[in-house]
Amino acid sequence: MDFLIFKAPMLMVQASLDGILLGILFALIAYGMALQWGVMNIINIAQGDLVILGGYIAYTIYLWGIHPAWGVIISPIIMFFVGWALYKLVINKVVDRDLFISILATFGIAIVFQQLMNFIFGADVVVAQSEYGTTMLFDNSVTLPNSKIFSAFISVLYAIALVIYMRKSKLGRAIRATAQNARAAKILGVDTEKVYAATFGINAALCGIAGALISITLTLHPYVGLPYTVRSFMIVIVAGLGNLPAVAVSGMGLGLFEEFADYILGTEFRIGAVFLLLVLILVYRRFKLSKKREYLK
Amino acid sequence: MNKIAKLFVTFISAITLALVSFTSSFAKVEGEYIVLGSAISLTGKYSSNGVHTQNGYNMAVERINKMGGVEVQGKKYKFEIIYYDDESNPKRAAQLAERLIKQDGVHYMLGPYSSGLTKAIAPVTEKYKIPMVEANGASRSLFTKGYKYLFAVLSPANQYLEVAIDLAVEKNGGKGVKIAQAFEQDAFSQDVRLGILDAAKRTGSEIIIDDKLPKELNDMAATLAKVKAVKPDVLVVSGHTKGALTAIRQISEMKVDVPMLAMTHCDAAKLSKQHGKKSEFALCASQWHKNLSYKDKFFGSGKKYAKDFQKEFGYDPPYQSAESSAALLVFKDAFERANSFDRDAVRDALVDTEMQTFYGNIKFGPGGQNVAKPMILFQVRCKGDDCENRVVAPTKWASDKFYHPIPKWSERS
Repeated sequence: MDFLIFKAPMLMVQASLDGILLGILFALIAYGMALQWGVMNIINIAQGDLVILGGYIAYTIYLWGIHPAWGVIISPIIMFFVGWALYKLVINKVVDRDLFISILATFGIAIVFQQLMNFIFGADVVVAQSEYGTTMLFDNSVTLPNSKIFSAFISVLYAIALVIYMRKSKLGRAIRATAQNARAAKILGVDTEKVYAATFGINAALCGIAGALISITLTLHPYVGLPYTVRSFMIVIVAGLGNLPAVAVSGMGLGLFEEFADYILGTEFRIGAVFLLLVLILVYRRFKLSKKREYLK
Repeated sequence: MNKIAKLFVTFISAITLALVSFTSSFAKVEGEYIVLGSAISLTGKYSSNGVHTQNGYNMAVERINKMGGVEVQGKKYKFEIIYYDDESNPKRAAQLAERLIKQDGVHYMLGPYSSGLTKAIAPVTEKYKIPMVEANGASRSLFTKGYKYLFAVLSPANQYLEVAIDLAVEKNGGKGVKIAQAFEQDAFSQDVRLGILDAAKRTGSEIIIDDKLPKELNDMAATLAKVKAVKPDVLVVSGHTKGALTAIRQISEMKVDVPMLAMTHCDAAKLSKQHGKKSEFALCASQWHKNLSYKDKFFGSGKKYAKDFQKEFGYDPPYQSAESSAALLVFKDAFERANSFDRDAVRDALVDTEMQTFYGNIKFGPGGQNVAKPMILFQVRCKGDDCENRVVAPTKWASDKFYHPIPKWSERS
C-alpha cells in the first residue's frame, strides 16, 4: 500500500500537480510574510487569521449572490485597510522593539481576530462554491479542480504584479530602501512610518487574496488560521527573506514534498515530514554557517 | 478609625462569604427549583454546536416545567440550569465543573458539547459523586473507564458507521467488501474508525486504504487520488464538519467514483445546504432523525419536536439538540423514580432507567452508554439543488430505499 504511487505512474502526475497548485497558493501567503518580515522585522503570527478573514469577506459576497471569484479583487482592497488600521493601532508600537514583543503582539491580534470572526460569522465550517468544474487529463486518470488552477493562476498574477510594482513605483522603491536600511532611508527623506503602514497593508491584502482563493478551494473556519501561519513561516525560513523566486520555489517544493510524503509515509506523517525537513534544513544551514565562520577565523 | 473601618470590612466580607458557602450547600434544590449545572461552549470552536446543545436543554426545561415539572415526595419542582461558557476549552470546562459543584453547590450535572470536553469534566463529577447525564460525548473511551456517575443518552462513537459496513456487505451479496477509510486524528473519529475495524473483521471485509488525517489538514486530495486508483466498494470519511465538507468538495471536484460513501457530521456541516446536489447519495450516520417513530408525552413525536423547535429557535433541530432535550427527560424520570434528592438514590435510579423518549429508547449499559438505541443512517437525496436527508437504515426505521451504487460522476447531471 505504501508504495502505491510507484505502481501507478498517473498518481505521480496527480500528486505533483496537486502539490504544485497548493504550493503556489501557500507561496503567495509566504511572500506577504517575507515582505513584512524583511521590511519591519516582524513575524506575524496573525498571518493565517488575516487569510481566513480575507476568505470570510469572499464568503460574505458569495452569500450576497455575487460570484466568490470577485473576492480576489474586493477582499484585498478591504484587507489593505484592515492591515493599515492594524498597523496604526498596534504594530507601530512594537515595530522597532525586539522580535519577541512583536510575536506576542501579533499572537494577541490572532486571538482577537479568531474570536471576532467566530462572533460575526459563527463557528460553522463554510465553503463558497465557484462551480468551475474539473479539468481531466490522461483519460480521466488525473483530475484537477479548475478552482485550484484558477487560484494558482491568480496567485502568480498578483505575485508578478507586486514584483513589478516594487521595482517601478515610488512606494515600492521606498519599501525596498527601508528594508535595506531604515535609518538611511529616513535620512534621505523616506517617510518610514508610511512605508511600514503600507507594507503591513500590502501583506494583509495578499492574505485577502489568498483567503478568497481558499474559500473556493478549501474550507473556512474561524480557528484554522494557524496552519497557514506555520506553513508560510516555514516557506520563508527555507527561502530566506527578500528573495521572491526562492519563496515561490520553496512554496511549490514544500507542496510537492508534502504530497509525496503522504503517499510514501502515509497521511498521518505528512505534516510531520514537512517539519522534519524544516529541522534538517535549519541544521544544514547552521552547519554551513559554522564552517564559514571557521574560515573567517 | 481607618484601621477599625478596615477591620469592619473584613468582618463583614467574612460573614458574607460564610453565608454564601452556607446557602450554596443547599443550592441543589432551591425552593421549588432543582438546579442543574452545565459548562457549555458558547464561544470558541464548538460554539455553534454548543448553542444547539443549550437550546436543546432549554427547550426541554421549559416544556417539563410547563407540563407540571418534576414530582418528588408529592411536591412539584421545576428545573433550572446554571450555565457557564467553557470557551470550547477542556481545561476551562474542568474548572467550571469544579466551580459549579463547589461554589454553586450543584448536585446534578448536564454534559457539555463534544467528547473532548466531556472527558475533561467526567473525572471531576466522578470525584464529587455528582450524577451527570450527558448528550454530546460519544467517544468510546468515556464508557470504558468504569465511571459510575456518567450517563450518556447517545450511542457510542464506534457504532456510528458500523451499520454502513453491514449495509455494504448486504449489497455485495453477503460477501466481504473493500473499504477505503480516512479519519481525522482525534478521539471521536478514531473511535469511529475502531468500529469500522470491528465491522470489517466481523464481515470478512478488507481495508485497503486507512488514512489518518492530521487535524490541521483541510486538503484530502492525496487520499482521494489513492481511492481513485484502488477502487474500493465503500469510502468512509470522518473528520467532523470540516472533514465532511472537504470530502464532498474534493470528491465532486476530482470526480472520484465510489459505489458507496459513508460519513459523519453531515447535518452539523449543513452538507446538503452548502454543497447542494454534489452531496447527493452520501450516507450519513446520525443519532436521531425527526422522522423516526419514537414517542413520549412531553414532545410527542420527533416531527412535532422539530416543529416546536423550529418555532422557538428558527431552525430545524440537529440531532445535537434532540439528544440534549432527551437528557432532561432522563433526569426527570430518574428524580421521580428515586423520589428523593439524595445523589446516590438519583444515581441508582439513573442506572435503572428504561424509557422511550421522542429521541429514542434509553437504557444505560454498564459503562453508562445508551444501549437501547441504534444509530441510523440517512442518505442525502436531491431534486435539483433542493436536498433532504432520508432515513435508509436500519430497515425498521427506514422511510426510503437505499440508493446503491452511487452513479458515476460522468452520468450525474
